[in-house]
Amino acid sequence: MAEIRVEDVHFHYTPGVPVLRGISLTITPGTVAIIGQNGAGKSTFVRLLNGLLKPVRGRVLVDGVDTRTVSVATLARTVGLVFQNPSDQLFRSRVLDEVMFGPLNLKLPADQARARAREALRQVGLEGVEDKNPYDLGLAERKLVTVAGVLAMDTPVVVLDEPTIAQDRDGVRRLGEVVAWLKARGRTVITITHDMDFVARYFERVLVFQAGQVLADGTAGEIFTRPEVLKAAGLEPPQITQLGLRLGLSVPVLTVEEFVAAITGGR
Amino acid sequence: MAVIEVENLRYRYPQQTEPALDGISFTVEPGEFIGIIGPNRAGKSTLCQALVGLVPHFYQGSIGGRVVVAGLDVHRHPVSEVCRRVGLVFQSPFTQMSGAKFTVYDEVAFGLEHQGVPRDEMIRRIDHVLHLLGLWEVRDRNPFALSGGQMQRLAVASVLALQPQVLVLDEPTSQLDPAGTSEVFTAVTDLCRQGMTVVMAEHKVERLAERADRILVLHRGKCIAYGPPREVFSREDLPGLGVAIPPVTEACRRLGWRLPDGTYPVTVEEAVKIGGAARGGNPG
Repeated sequence: MAEIRVEDVHFHYTPGVPVLRGISLTITPGTVAIIGQNGAGKSTFVRLLNGLLKPVRGRVLVDGVDTRTVSVATLARTVGLVFQNPSDQLFRSRVLDEVMFGPLNLKLPADQARARAREALRQVGLEGVEDKNPYDLGLAERKLVTVAGVLAMDTPVVVLDEPTIAQDRDGVRRLGEVVAWLKARGRTVITITHDMDFVARYFERVLVFQAGQVLADGTAGEIFTRPEVLKAAGLEPPQITQLGLRLGLSVPVLTVEEFVAAITGGR
Repeated sequence: MAVIEVENLRYRYPQQTEPALDGISFTVEPGEFIGIIGPNRAGKSTLCQALVGLVPHFYQGSIGGRVVVAGLDVHRHPVSEVCRRVGLVFQSPFTQMSGAKFTVYDEVAFGLEHQGVPRDEMIRRIDHVLHLLGLWEVRDRNPFALSGGQMQRLAVASVLALQPQVLVLDEPTSQLDPAGTSEVFTAVTDLCRQGMTVVMAEHKVERLAERADRILVLHRGKCIAYGPPREVFSREDLPGLGVAIPPVTEACRRLGWRLPDGTYPVTVEEAVKIGGAARGGNPG
């Protein structure tokens, strides 16, 4: 179980063009969704959590260790990151080799690495493609291969950058089950997503990013019933939450089930 | 006169035993906005590629039936000819980048150069689409230095600049935030009003429900429904087939909130009207 502390973090790629402008927060085990407009700094922020990028000011502490003092390879044992674009991550010519790569690098024996890889592929619903080339798969499945690759490393923190890209209804549900499974095992799951229904259903804490700062930090119920905050960040609540607000329901609803229960319960 | 005519289209990728498209027929009128939905592997991307001729000309494999788009029999004409009238935005924007250009501005120019568009006209069109898709500020950046969302908007911009008669988009908003998604849907709807025909494969069904004229549902390579959004999303069989429907439609179905014509609401507006009446109150 890991704790990540972010202290007054600033970051830029080009001097004079700030991307992150003073972020301070603590992430403990549980589920965290980061939402916000394109260019708000979300992907940059998560790359600071596993040391791929280092703050230009402030610091990031992973279990008390400053990310500037350790290698990315060391941090990778604690923080697993699934990239937004699967092509940035996939490089082996066989799915099973790709997913085994992480565990093998953690110095696991081959049979154990293989077992973990198969288990991870099963979890994301990709049984039967072990021998295929990842690039022969569709985008949705390619993305799931990258998720499996990080699951197989069994890290205390899992960061998913836009996991639901190209996923259909069942794919989104399967990813949601993976999130719930990780949470039940005391892990930290951080996701970046534009899919508000996915957030509402599977994530407890929501961070709203805007122009390199955290505009709001609260539960999904708190955030999605504050239209003014969402609007300022260029976002909208889930469709069903909008309907609940428009019908004047006294309790915020985040899912179809909650909506139906609120109506039939007469609230 | 239909601008897209697909007749009993059957297609199998090389070395595959199952058909990717299995007897698909539909027509599209000029200026229509068609949404293609369905679970993954249903054939959405394959159908998109079949409308510009990449299926079968690029992918090979065996094909049957007839596809006529913008007056061209796609199976009998090379992609280079079809793509002068029909534009395709790929599912992955990374695939769409030419790799031959070092700025966003030049990337948009790439297709126009190949079509021999005069310089003045090129500049006019590039400026227009870069503003339309909110890319003007990043016009001098390298395409590969853009964020995922920006690159996706660039992919859309570079095809829009070609002003195709028919625009085919394969999940063009998958990496866009809600505001960016709205921009793309608004741009596309405006272009339809000006006479462009749009076919869009998309998982964001609630957006299609609001904007598309008709929805085509694919399942295992077959077209199982084709009609106006309310009619299609009200079908009882979709959820069981893994086909997503708008959350408000799902809620109204469970509550039995029907519109006078017997269909279920597909937008928040429609649901507020019915729901407000059903609850006997005056909705806010």
